[in-house]
Parts: sequence; structure tokens; C-alpha cells
Amino acid sequence: MSDTTLAPALPPRPSLWSRLPVVSHLRQSVGLQRFMLVAGLVITGIFLVVAVLAPVLAPYGYSQLRTETAAFGAQQAPSGDHWLGTTVGGYDVLSRVIWGAQTAALVIVVAIVASIFLGILIGLVSGYFGGWIDRVLVVVCDAIYAFPSLLLAILAAIVISGGKSSLWGGILAAALSITVVFIPQYFRVIRAEVVRIKTEAYIDAARVIGSPHRRIMVRHVLRNSTRTLPLIVTLNASEAILTLAGLGFLGFGIEPTAAAEWGYDLNKAIADVSSGIWWTALFPGLAIVLAVLGITLVGESLNDLADPRLRSRRASKQVAGDVASTSVAVQGNVVVDVTDPGAPVADPVRDVDEREGRA
Amino acid sequence: MSTAPSTEAPGTPAPTATAVAPRRSGGGGGLGRYIVVRFLLIIPTIFILVTTVFVVMRATGDPITAALGGRLTPDQLQQRIHEAGYDRPILVQYVEYLGDLLHGDFGTTLSDNRPVTEVLTTFGTATLELAVYALIVAFLVGIPFGLLAASRRDRLPDAVLRVFAILCYATPVFFAGLLLKLVFSVSLGWFPVAGRASTGTEIELQTLDNPSGFYLIDAFRTGDPDAVGDVLMHAVLPAVALGLLTAGVFLRLVRTNVIGTLSTGYVTAARSRGVREGRLLRKHAWRPALIPIITVIGLQVALLLSGAVLTETTFEWKGLGFQLAHYLQARDFVAVQGIVVLIAVVVALTNFVVDVIAALIDPRVRY
Repeated sequence: MSDTTLAPALPPRPSLWSRLPVVSHLRQSVGLQRFMLVAGLVITGIFLVVAVLAPVLAPYGYSQLRTETAAFGAQQAPSGDHWLGTTVGGYDVLSRVIWGAQTAALVIVVAIVASIFLGILIGLVSGYFGGWIDRVLVVVCDAIYAFPSLLLAILAAIVISGGKSSLWGGILAAALSITVVFIPQYFRVIRAEVVRIKTEAYIDAARVIGSPHRRIMVRHVLRNSTRTLPLIVTLNASEAILTLAGLGFLGFGIEPTAAAEWGYDLNKAIADVSSGIWWTALFPGLAIVLAVLGITLVGESLNDLADPRLRSRRASKQVAGDVASTSVAVQGNVVVDVTDPGAPVADPVRDVDEREGRA
Repeated sequence: MSTAPSTEAPGTPAPTATAVAPRRSGGGGGLGRYIVVRFLLIIPTIFILVTTVFVVMRATGDPITAALGGRLTPDQLQQRIHEAGYDRPILVQYVEYLGDLLHGDFGTTLSDNRPVTEVLTTFGTATLELAVYALIVAFLVGIPFGLLAASRRDRLPDAVLRVFAILCYATPVFFAGLLLKLVFSVSLGWFPVAGRASTGTEIELQTLDNPSGFYLIDAFRTGDPDAVGDVLMHAVLPAVALGLLTAGVFLRLVRTNVIGTLSTGYVTAARSRGVREGRLLRKHAWRPALIPIITVIGLQVALLLSGAVLTETTFEWKGLGFQLAHYLQARDFVAVQGIVVLIAVVVALTNFVVDVIAALIDPRVRY
């Protein structure tokens, strides 16, 4: 961070790398918040690596029932051959847990790409043009938003696949079912931003010089209305895993021969639990918890860093709760640093950045 | 309570045109006016949901083929479809469906040939009972811990509690349920594995005339302490599994809001007068922080009902969610449609009640 950013007039634009959502948040975070963000990033990173490298990491295939010499056997306790045991269907638990990461990652990617695209499109058009279409869309999306998401996903799954299907069919069906749940969220966020931005003077200016609607919408409105998206994307990614698992648990998942899916395995484990077989339930469940935990930690941190009331400053440990920023924040930090020599030296640049909302 | 929504549903289709009018003129006015406007607003909501569910369910084809497809010959299938009227134009069926809903008729299930209304009233109370227990757990865990986290902000208790809250959210209810079962039922044997009551208690409860379906109330009415204890023991694990999901949300909300109120002007003023931190929290900061939580409970009901479907399947708690999973497996879409519509109505009504309560507490809410 160079000293030139202290200059009151037009600081040089930070590099693209440091303006990327997660990177800029990481630089801004301190203490516990940085720890949560880093922990989340590490867990999420491991999840993604496992998902990508599943064919290399997994000792067996997700639908493999036997080696060349013998069948695995059902409900075998963890052993040297099967580190996490085998399921009631005779699959290797470890392999299905690893392959499950790949399924989950694919579903997340498809669901989020689809819902961002559709949600932004509808939100942008609705917010920009207004009128009766806008009003109808708002009422419809509000109605859908309030509805239990899992039930909505179930309805969508019934329509899209009739319930069961192959690997890509199943992943697409699950992802699109989740998309239906997410569209209203993106719609609401984008529309609210668009409605706010379209009254700005520069939009009027663009209109006056004769810019076509499409150019104004994409160049001026859309690019300014995406600042909350990283947060929603992370929160939705974790929700997508949970919804996928819920669908699988209720029997709307992907067939075990087509792909590994954690929720499906947990459903098959209900009966095992009653007879004391713990490994078939524990490991897929832990996989879900860890994947969701990692992504949620990232999302939570982004959320807190975006909200000035919740953002930890280097000073806030001393004056817990009192985060009302005064007009002389730099001075305030210095005072507190004096009371605690162990605290890191206050960084005036950071505070100026924060107050100007340049996070 | 569970019968109330089916009497509300009749208001569904007709007044959509009138619902727009009061909203446009909704400037100012008292609480009574707000309640009326807000009530009229739930009519289009319910209408949209009912329509969406209908369209979605019919988009897959008729329910009879879905449920009985492989089991009947094509001729028999055609005859059944004709008898049920599913070969008529979709619009006719839609209007007829709305008319039936107006009369509180949700149709008849295909797989076991029962009126859907009967299914709803029988199993709705079980779900309601579970949801109430879960909410109690959520409040007992979420609010005190949220206050603690806010008052020890950025210190160890806060860090631990925030991770706990995220874990509550990150753990699917069915996995939490399975873990609880594994530890407390199978290994330790403290609680029963599944169900709402032991067989003996179930029989005892059925001897009551006019049972409420709310097992705890019924158990108290039998006057048998063993029955009450049995029902409570069965409720603990499902309630904790479902309650923790919501508890995490409450904890985070309370924490965020209390941190917010702790930095308001009047708290700073009180602090500058020398009021101690503990008293600040007890007397000044936490009550205003609870208002936003009331409004969030509305959305929590939706989450709770989603969770109930999964919790009931895990614990074989014979409620609506358990039935829903059963009917989904049987591809009985008439029953699924009925349950989903009922849940939609319950969610819409809860949001209405929550908004009215929020308006009663905070006059600024009214518009």
C-alpha cells in the first residue's frame, strides 16, 4: 500500500487484483474476522480441490461394488481396504464422499450461473422499465420468496425430471430446481439497486446524449448494481448444497449408479443408525457440514466486512460495541493504540478507504 | 389451528382485482386500516402460489398416469383419467380446482384414497406440535447466547458462539437428527429412537373422546404422568434437531441487532451517565433489538416447515412432512399439491400475523 493513496485528490486506482471481491475483503479484515475468512477460504479450497481431483483421490468408483476378486460386502466397518467402511448398498463410503464433492460442486456452479443470469436479467429489465410488468414480477417473486425453499425445489424437481435421472440429467434437474428458489433473491437485490441507480444524474445524462436503452442498462446501471452479488453468491452456494442434500434425502436425488450424492447416502443411512452403524451416516454428513461451513464462513465474513456496524476495526477490541465513527477516525485510532501498545499500528489509509466505501 | 387455513383458502381467487385498489391508496391511516390492507395483500400471494403449484403439477401430465402409470393397462388408465376429469381442457380443470378449494375440498389422494382435507387435519397438528417445540428450543438457545455474543463482542465467547451459529446453519437437520439419534438413543439409550409416543401411550391417547391431536395436551388430559413423560421424551430429539437450525439464525440476529442498538445515541448517552455495561444491555439495548427478530420469524416459519419435512422423515414423526415424503415416493401428486397449498397458506398467514404484531409494537412500520 503506497503512501500516495493518502493524497486527498484522486488516489491512483488500485490494481485489478486488489479490487477483486474476496481479495479486497481479505486485505481489509483484521483479527477474528480475518481468521474466519481465511478458515473459510481454506475449507472451500479443499472442497474444490477434492471436487476436481475426485477421480484421482477416490480409491474406488462411486458405483463400484466389487474389486476384480471379490465384492465389497454391505455395511462393512471401516478397515484397511475401506477406510470409512461400506454402505448398505455395498458401496465404498470414502469413495462416495469424495465423488459427492464433485456432484455438489457441479450443482452449485450450474445453479448459481443460471440463477445469476436469469435473476439479473429479470431484475434489470423489471427495475429499469418499471410499469405493470415490474409490479407483477415483484408480487410474484415476493410470493415465491416467502415459500419454503425445499418444497419449491421439490416441485421444480417433479417438473424437470419427474424425480430421478442420470448424472447430467440429475445434476441439471437438481441445479435448475435450486435456481428456481434463488431467482427471486437475485431479482430483489438487483431490482432494488437498479431502481436506486436509475434516478442518478449520470443516467439522465446518458439518456440525453441519446444512448440506447441497452447500453444504459448494461454499461451504466448493471455495472453499478452488482456490488452485493459476491455476498449472495457465497450464501447461495452453501444453501445450494443444503437444498441438494435435502432433495437427495427425500428421494429426489441422483441415482447411486449415476453419481454420488451425500443426501441420498444419508437417506439410506437412517435405518443403519438405529442398528448402531455409524459410519454410513457420519461421513457424508460431515462432508456436507464442512462444505457448507467453509462457504458460509466466507459469506459471513464478506457480510460483516460490508456492514460498517459489524466490521471489526483494529481499535474495536478496546471499546466493544462503540463503533460510531467520528469525523476524526484517524485520531481515534491513534488514541486507542496508545492504550494498547500490543495492538497493530493503526492504518490511516484503511480507515479513509472504509469511510469512503471503497472496500 | 390446522383447520383454520382451509377456511382461509376460500378467499383465494375472486378478489384479486380488489386487492390492488387498497394498496394504491394506502397512504397514512391507522392500525385498523393497515391490518385490512395487509390482509387483502395476502390474497394475491395465496392466489399466485396456488396457481403456481397447479401449473407446475399439471405440467408433468395428469396425476393418475404419474401415480399408477406402470400398474394399469392403457385402457384402464384412460378410463380412470376420464372418470377423474383429467382429460378436459386445463383451464376448465383450473377453474374447477379453485372452486373446490373455495369449498375447502382439496381432492382425494390417489394412493390410499383418503380426502386430502382429512390428511391435513390429522397430520397438521403433529407438524404444528413439532414446530412449536422447535421454536421454544430456538428461543431458549438463540436469544441468551446472542446477547452473550454481543456483550462479549470480538472476544472468545463471541468467536465460539458465532462458529456455533454457523455450524447450526451448516448442519442439515436430518444429519443433526441422525447424530442425535446415534449418540442419545442408540449409544446412551436416553431417548426413544423414533415416533411421537410409545405404542402404549398412542393407544391410551386414542381412548380420549375428541382428541386434539396435540399429543402433549392429550397426554395431560389423560391425567397419566407416564403418558406426559413419554410424549415429552419422544419430542426432545426432534425438537432439538429442528430447533438448533433456527437457533443459529436467532443467535446471529440478536447479536447483530444488539451490537447495533449498543451503538445508538441513547445507549451512548446512558453510558456517559455512568450506567454499567451489564445494565445497559439489560435495560436499554436488548429490547429494541428484538423488534427486527419478530419480523424475521415470518421467514423462519418457511425455513421451519422445510426443516420439519426433513426432521419428520428422520424421526418417523407422523406429521405433514412425513406424509409429504411418503406421497412423493408414491408419486401421489394430488396429495402433494394439497399439502403444499396448505403450507403456502400457513406461511402467508404467519407473515400477515407477524406484520400486524410488528405494527402493534412499532408504529413506524405502518404505511
